[in-house]
Amino acid sequence: MGLTKQSTGTSARKEMFEVELASPNDIVIALAGNPNTGKSTVFNSLTGLNQHTGNWPGKTVSNAQGRFTHKNKKYLLVDLPGTYSLLANSVEEQVARDFICFGNPHATVVVTDATCLERNLNLVLQIMEITNKVVVCVNLMDEAKRKNTNIDLENLSNLLGVPVVGTSARSGKGLVELKDMVERVAYGELKTTPLKINYDKIVEKAIQEVEPYIQDLVGNQIDSKWAALRLIDGDNMLLESMNDYLDVNLSQNDLLQKKLNTARIELETENISIENLRDRIVSNIVKTAEKIDKEVVSLKNKSHNQTDRKIDRVLTSKLFGIPSMIALLGLIFWITIEGANVPSAMLAQGLFWIEGQLTVFFLWFGTPMWIHDMLVLGVYRTLAWVVAVMLPPMAIFFPLFTLLEDVGYLPRVAFNLDHYFKKACAHGKQALTMCMGFGCNAAGIIACRIIESPRERLIATITNNFVPCNGRFPTLIALASIFIASAAGAFSSFAATLSVLAAIVLGVIITFFISGLLSKTILKGLPSSFTLELPPYRKPQVGRIILRSIFDRTLFVLGRAVVVAAPAGLVIWAMANITISDASLLTYCAQFLDPFARSLGLDGYIMMAFILGLPANEIVIPILIMSYMSKGFMLELDSLTEMRQLFLDNGWTWLTAVCMMLFSLNHWPCGTTLWTIRKETQSWKWTWVSFLVPTATGIVVCFIVAQGVRLFGLV
Amino acid sequence: MNNNLIPLDHLPVGSFGIVKKLTAEGTARRRMLDLGLIDDTTVESLRKSPVGDPIAYEIRGAVIALRSEEASKILVEIIHS
Repeated sequence: MGLTKQSTGTSARKEMFEVELASPNDIVIALAGNPNTGKSTVFNSLTGLNQHTGNWPGKTVSNAQGRFTHKNKKYLLVDLPGTYSLLANSVEEQVARDFICFGNPHATVVVTDATCLERNLNLVLQIMEITNKVVVCVNLMDEAKRKNTNIDLENLSNLLGVPVVGTSARSGKGLVELKDMVERVAYGELKTTPLKINYDKIVEKAIQEVEPYIQDLVGNQIDSKWAALRLIDGDNMLLESMNDYLDVNLSQNDLLQKKLNTARIELETENISIENLRDRIVSNIVKTAEKIDKEVVSLKNKSHNQTDRKIDRVLTSKLFGIPSMIALLGLIFWITIEGANVPSAMLAQGLFWIEGQLTVFFLWFGTPMWIHDMLVLGVYRTLAWVVAVMLPPMAIFFPLFTLLEDVGYLPRVAFNLDHYFKKACAHGKQALTMCMGFGCNAAGIIACRIIESPRERLIATITNNFVPCNGRFPTLIALASIFIASAAGAFSSFAATLSVLAAIVLGVIITFFISGLLSKTILKGLPSSFTLELPPYRKPQVGRIILRSIFDRTLFVLGRAVVVAAPAGLVIWAMANITISDASLLTYCAQFLDPFARSLGLDGYIMMAFILGLPANEIVIPILIMSYMSKGFMLELDSLTEMRQLFLDNGWTWLTAVCMMLFSLNHWPCGTTLWTIRKETQSWKWTWVSFLVPTATGIVVCFIVAQGVRLFGLV
Repeated sequence: MNNNLIPLDHLPVGSFGIVKKLTAEGTARRRMLDLGLIDDTTVESLRKSPVGDPIAYEIRGAVIALRSEEASKILVEIIHS
């Protein structure tokens, strides 16, 4: 039983929520829960690698869907955004609520954190107001045990009136039971009687005023009591969602508005304002959660959080907080830079060997030479460069970074740095997106989703490019090694490291400055409220982290890079090879740009290399070498000494190196990042702003440095 | 009015307070309520960030960092142990 209603809703659901059903008989399960409860671990454990990530239609809220089969029945699991509440204070909450409410899932699994059950019950109670088909998954049972916390699951199930399953998703414990329970609830074999919140008498009376009419309008499509209370509370987001999904027009329904007004007046005569009503609603939910928590959770010792507190006392202390953070990030960079060298070289060797084979194949096939050059030396070689240079650092950086994320360290970074972001009228979580930017700016842009306020999210998006990504590190390191280090003699590697670090620090300072500037100009506003949860530290699951970070991040970012790099390789090849009276198109462009570039301490070829390097920053130096040697394709020089000589022959000084480093730090984002910005902001305008702001900054900074140095006759 | 009420950000680190009043309005108030900050909730001030703001509090078993702007809108009664 119970499937008829859903079956009729299938096509609508498919359209509105882009649910990808393999067959109409698929069982749709919604997965809800607070952030940091291991919800994604539950999702991944249930679906394996059989998943698909996208955005909710029209919204930049990520939406993962995955499949699993249990007892020969096919299930589609929809991962809802992690939220603390469903009272629709944010887009994430609206999306989660709309799916549970209007997406007609056959069952909703609420993942909760066993170490912090009370806070999680809040969401459970709110979801049970909307739907009866709920299974509560108490996850992190292993962590709770470690902290000597005991939870009476049977009693919890009795009190809530819905099935409760204890799991430790990271070790796979309890997942079979969870699937069994989901099956029974989805098929209606197990009748649930969810605990409904009892509101104050006055509130219940106001609900009575409206509920019957809503029942008349929409029937049993949604819980009419819940909807009545939300509408009295002035929840316009719900009103709009009802219009959209239930095919009614409630905004123009005068009778409904009249009844809502009557209910509100009734409340006001009892001295309950709208603001006051919300207080009462939440208080009732929170108090119910508190009561249940007291009955089912028993702590064997009160000091269960002492270890966490001790660690935090060091990692967020006045004295060690910021130094330990810099040391940790520095260690990750060092491992990434050191560790990527060998695999990068091996990968390059392998890919260039394949190139040789491709050439042999083309010759054997009798392809005209220019087609071979265009495809192999143009497209393939650019692709090979991008893959060889980008893949190894990403494959090292992302897992290390995900490790910090998994342990629970990243929120502490935001905690340490929030003060500075507040001064720039920005959000502390911007620190996290910047950290991701060190790996790849496109990944950093995606990470901006964690910032709720749209204004602050845009600031974080626009300024993300000021932290150098993996693609720009090689440029910075190479230039620092050949020009700055050689001047420093015995302390060469130390000087090179320091100048790269200085570039990073400068990038961070510019980020604060530009964020503040944006907050005072085009993105005017006050800092939004800042509430940041510092979750308990957890033992990381190393194997899982490597697998997930490679699939979710590394390959995802690489894929986007490849899509942009391939056509770009074609353009670069064409520009370098199409000649008009003995000079290539590239040379003409460089000559045209030369006067402007020289005022910035660069030259026309460098500027051209940055422009042609749009697809990926790591090809800037190869393009530059290619144009200096006036060869029609990119190549790799054997040693840094040769590179230094080549640059000196083309009129470089230390100022050229410094200005190129500065321009590398401050110029337009790469093509992949721009594309990501377009996708995330859904706006060309903000994509352009993200292009122009760092570019203008770079021009100003380089101009000041170049002119200043020349004015004082330092070169 | 009760004179013993102090804003949460003035609660000394290591001591406990009982929430008596929220002076925030609109979305900020809703977020506080979602954190479980209703009347008579016990809150512990855990520690300050390196610069002194935000401050981390233990609220209903979770550790939450609040900026002084938000915390100053939560009035608590300090518990003297």
